[in-house]
Amino acid sequence: MKYLDEYRNEGIAKKIVDEIHRAVTRPWVLMEVCGGQTHSIIKYGLDELLPKEVELVHGPGCPVCVTSLEMIDKAHAIASRPDVIFCSFGDMLRVPGSEGDLHILKSRGADVRVVYSPIDCLKIARANPDKKVVFFAIGFETTAPANAMSVWQAKKQGITNFSILVSHVLVPPMLAHIQQSPLNRVQAFLGPGHVCTVMGIEEYEPICARYRVPIVITGFEPLDLLEGVLMTVRQLEAGEARVENQYRRIVSRQGNHPAQDIINQVFEVCDRKWRGVGSISKSGYKLRYEFRDYDADRIFETREIETQESPLCISGLVLKGVKKPHDCPAFGRECTPMRPLGATMVSAEGACAAYYAYGRQRQLHNESEANQALKVSAA
Amino acid sequence: MCLAIPGKVIAIEEDPHGVKMAKANFGGIVKQVCLEYTPEVELGDYVLVHVGFALGRVDEEEARRTYQALEALQQLGELDAPEIDASPPNEPEPLGAAP
Repeated sequence: MKYLDEYRNEGIAKKIVDEIHRAVTRPWVLMEVCGGQTHSIIKYGLDELLPKEVELVHGPGCPVCVTSLEMIDKAHAIASRPDVIFCSFGDMLRVPGSEGDLHILKSRGADVRVVYSPIDCLKIARANPDKKVVFFAIGFETTAPANAMSVWQAKKQGITNFSILVSHVLVPPMLAHIQQSPLNRVQAFLGPGHVCTVMGIEEYEPICARYRVPIVITGFEPLDLLEGVLMTVRQLEAGEARVENQYRRIVSRQGNHPAQDIINQVFEVCDRKWRGVGSISKSGYKLRYEFRDYDADRIFETREIETQESPLCISGLVLKGVKKPHDCPAFGRECTPMRPLGATMVSAEGACAAYYAYGRQRQLHNESEANQALKVSAA
Repeated sequence: MCLAIPGKVIAIEEDPHGVKMAKANFGGIVKQVCLEYTPEVELGDYVLVHVGFALGRVDEEEARRTYQALEALQQLGELDAPEIDASPPNEPEPLGAAP
């Protein structure tokens, strides 16, 4: 496929890897921000091609993972109502709340529907005037234009039986949060290419300047990611900290103005709780007062539900790049994609789920067995 | 979740509610795409699509430049390679081998 296949060329990947080997002289810790980037890195084994000095840690950029348990329980309470058609992106369906997931609710008779686009919910609302159609509006800045447009169009078209449950998160406050942590190891970021397609790159410059951390806005294909690593390593080796744009074929400095305009008309910035991390100031979007009639959180009063995360799970530390999935004793044992204990295993884009999907737990198991065998033979 | 893929615009139209839409081809699969955020897009352009919305136009000139720059990497790299190299030319090293 054009603009995909070219960026998976093995010969060129090798050239970039050689160039990274030439550029690096010291150990560096880089974080790729997006879950999609993590997925590509593990799928293609890119981290295993890099010099041992370059460590990739996996970032918090998986909105399904970081949606708070309280919000998921709220979604489940709304979806259980007989007067509601509850619409969601597919990857949200198997995320466990305190009591089951959306699949289980559907099997018990709830009308839960997977939509490709939030705009599809308007068709469902028009076709079902006696029902309340609710869309679970999760996502980063990439998804905000689509979710905002659904509400903006509903208002324009006079659709009154449609609302959204908003759990939007924003990348820059999370990057600042990671840098402020006393446990921080991250020395540079591979920035979120699709978030920046919408928002542009300027809002990353204060983070670079304040924390002296290079940020290279990077795409999602193997060559994009390897070039992003190369650009980042070159900055680190030169003692620089700038915003650079690897993903120039898509991302412009200013981003997408029409999209930003609709986002700003529909949403305003608010504090947001991240699963596994906690509340981060000004790190989310909520609906503006003018759109309160489309706010499911306001329309459906849900009781505050006491939630409890697994005491075994270390996903908060994985999301901040402090720990790797295999540092967790529950990884691949008590915690698997079929029975996830926490944020980073619940979605295919979570770091733990990506490690699991591409067999890293077997590899690590084999390595530890081999080490064990060595110890035995040495003894 | 932020998955977005490039598709080629093969038709531009308006839906009954005045929303600017397109049909885009993704390697053989044709889907409806909303063009409200990329009004400048023309037939034949490649757009980056996320959950049914075109978020940007692929800059073909920039894409070509980046790709050619990456292809040219080794030619530049060879300049600082040692002059005497006993290994046979063009023998592919396994990916990821340490230098």
